Amino acid sequence: MANKRKLAVTGGRVIDPAQGIDKPADVLIVDGKIEDIVDAGASYADYEIVDATGKLVTPGFVDLHTHLREPGQEWKETIATGTQAAAQGGFTTVCAMPNTDPVQDSASVIEDVLRKANSEAAVRVLTIGAITVGQHGKQLSPMGELADAGVIGFSDDGNPVSDANLMRQALAYSVDLGLPVINHAEDKKIRGNGVMAAGEVATRLGLAGAPAEAETAMVARDLHLADLTGAQLHVPHISTLGSLVALRSAKECGVNVTAEVTPHHITLSDRWVYGERGNVPEVVGLDAYDTNTKVNPPLRNLTDRDAMVEGLAEGLIDIIATDHAPHAATDKVCTYDEAAHGINVLETAIAQILTYSSRDKLDLTRVIESLTSGPAEILGKELGSLKKGYSADLAIIDLNEKWTVDASSFASKSINTPLDGDQLTGRVTTTIYNGEKVFELRTNE
Amino acid sequence: MTTTVTPPTESGVANTRKNLIDIDDLTREEILEILDSAEGMLEIASRDVRKTPALRGKTIITMFFENSTRTRVSFEQAGKILGADVINVTASASSVSKGESLLNTVKTLQAMQVDALVVRHPHSGAPYFIARHADAAVVNAGDGTHAHPTQSLLDLFTVRQHVGDLAGKKVALAGDILYSRVARSDIHAFQKLGAEVSIACPNTLLPNEWKPGTRLDESSGFGGVNIAKSVDEAVDGADVVMALRIQKERQDAGHLPSMREYSDRWGINSKRMALANSNALLMHPGPMNEGVEIATDVAHGAQSVVEEQVMNGVAVRMAVLYTLCAPGRSSRLNGSSEEGA
Repeated sequence: MANKRKLAVTGGRVIDPAQGIDKPADVLIVDGKIEDIVDAGASYADYEIVDATGKLVTPGFVDLHTHLREPGQEWKETIATGTQAAAQGGFTTVCAMPNTDPVQDSASVIEDVLRKANSEAAVRVLTIGAITVGQHGKQLSPMGELADAGVIGFSDDGNPVSDANLMRQALAYSVDLGLPVINHAEDKKIRGNGVMAAGEVATRLGLAGAPAEAETAMVARDLHLADLTGAQLHVPHISTLGSLVALRSAKECGVNVTAEVTPHHITLSDRWVYGERGNVPEVVGLDAYDTNTKVNPPLRNLTDRDAMVEGLAEGLIDIIATDHAPHAATDKVCTYDEAAHGINVLETAIAQILTYSSRDKLDLTRVIESLTSGPAEILGKELGSLKKGYSADLAIIDLNEKWTVDASSFASKSINTPLDGDQLTGRVTTTIYNGEKVFELRTNE
Repeated sequence: MTTTVTPPTESGVANTRKNLIDIDDLTREEILEILDSAEGMLEIASRDVRKTPALRGKTIITMFFENSTRTRVSFEQAGKILGADVINVTASASSVSKGESLLNTVKTLQAMQVDALVVRHPHSGAPYFIARHADAAVVNAGDGTHAHPTQSLLDLFTVRQHVGDLAGKKVALAGDILYSRVARSDIHAFQKLGAEVSIACPNTLLPNEWKPGTRLDESSGFGGVNIAKSVDEAVDGADVVMALRIQKERQDAGHLPSMREYSDRWGINSKRMALANSNALLMHPGPMNEGVEIATDVAHGAQSVVEEQVMNGVAVRMAVLYTLCAPGRSSRLNGSSEEGA
């Protein structure tokens, strides 16, 4: 009989929103599962000690929206590198979006991803199936087959389901499967050629602007269709005030809907396109047109950004999800029009939220809840908490550590973050998954 | 034959600026310095034997990723009159069409000894990207819908030749504002020299946050611009009327019902020119769509200075190229404490 592997995470401040815990405590782990949370100060004879003195101890983060790029775009990221990046950011579960090549629109591709994840991933990988075949928006994918293969929901992320009837059918069909439909809401006709949010920054830079209504109009449509069908809708990367207004009304009417916001949509704004960390320069400088800010939905103005913070704080927006979208230099070192959409998020997510949002507006517990119990509840899985018997997935965070983002040292294969060179406060120092350390900042801590 | 090209001054543009990407960068003094230099250049360009060795031994590459005969020829002539070696690269001819990235194209050219890259590109911001990766001076010959600094400089030069001081003069810009880099650069340029600028176009061709019948404030980046409710209002009492080109693509994109309706309600014709000052100048950056944004009779009428604009364009571009590429420049730039954009 093998010895049971025992870990004790000691001396930290344990925040587990699912259990309403926020206190100094030690977390005991046996055989990859949470054994207990006990008052700090005991000694543990046959436990390996992980010293969390002065740090925050939380459940490992659960990300409902990650682009792992494998199969098909392995030069940008792989399951191995993407999940290692997740671990460095305190994430112990990621949900892989289906815009791979081939698209995750059949059981065989899902099985391929899960098999690869089983041998190469640093953390838990769940999968999302495509809504339509090839994500082309014409024909429903075999959603039942995908459900049997274990997907946690359906999305054509990157593409909207533009055909309103098909979106309605997808929602109606999903009711039998009990899984959410996650539609990337973007009316392409309203968006036009927009490469960033419409507004003063776009006008000054001469970049085509996408109005907020390109998102809002389709979010409204999806909410009405969810109401019509009684299906479970999950709104990805919500970013406009108009979307929030519609969301509030829908929730009040009992529509079965949840929503996520990204770290960048609560911390950055369209002003970051000037390349001066959100400052508005008197004269546009050489760092302008920073392609690392190009993302879909685009970085919005301050009104929208502040509304997202408020919406998350009050729970109108249910969770945070990263939309981690790695891109290689060939897709980003070019003009703004040519650049691919996407920001590299996993390794800076918690730090940028802690640094760029005020605890007065968005308190620490709410932040942790949005990354742990919130996503777990949407998934309906035993994750995102330190309850006894749950998988021992933890993040240990030093709230006070100041560090400078160095994208070239990311675990991610790609470096496309607008925060490169930025000084942030707050850093994940250890991540534990299934009772094993999958990331440790300094091994001689 | 004595040269009338004056060497660069200690504190001027030549010592502080590496590139000319946006007119918005330049101070009023710097603009006047370039216009003064262009006076001398105009004289040289008007000679029977127009050549001066000012930029002899310098290499200027024009990189045009967008069709343009007039601007390219203007820059090419400007460089050649100054004695530089001018090499023209068009996107179809260069490796870009074979799939070589813009970055690699720039790096390849940069590996050869190039003093100036004159760039026209359909994407706004391209010259900033190029300037980040090239040592050569970058001169923006038009990027997307963002800026066309040498056009606005030659517009200023042309007006100055006629009216002298631009302070308090009324300038009306009529045409496609939303998609026009000339409009943006002209607004900055005319305002820097103290003129009062009004714009006029259908609501669909304004940025969405600009409303007819209002004055823009500073946060827009174009503070002080008056958005007229009609072209008649903008042109009324104007000293300069600038007609900007309307492209058929705007109709295709649903911005306009037809060229006919545009011409009828917004076009610059003799009836509208009569509302302007009697010695108002009629300008157009070219190429003109006669019968659309500008009526044929006024395009070639007594008040039109369109042909002067073209001639002045060569002189202004000579001034810009000389200022940015004159011999000894890199040591002057490295010696100065300010490295301008």
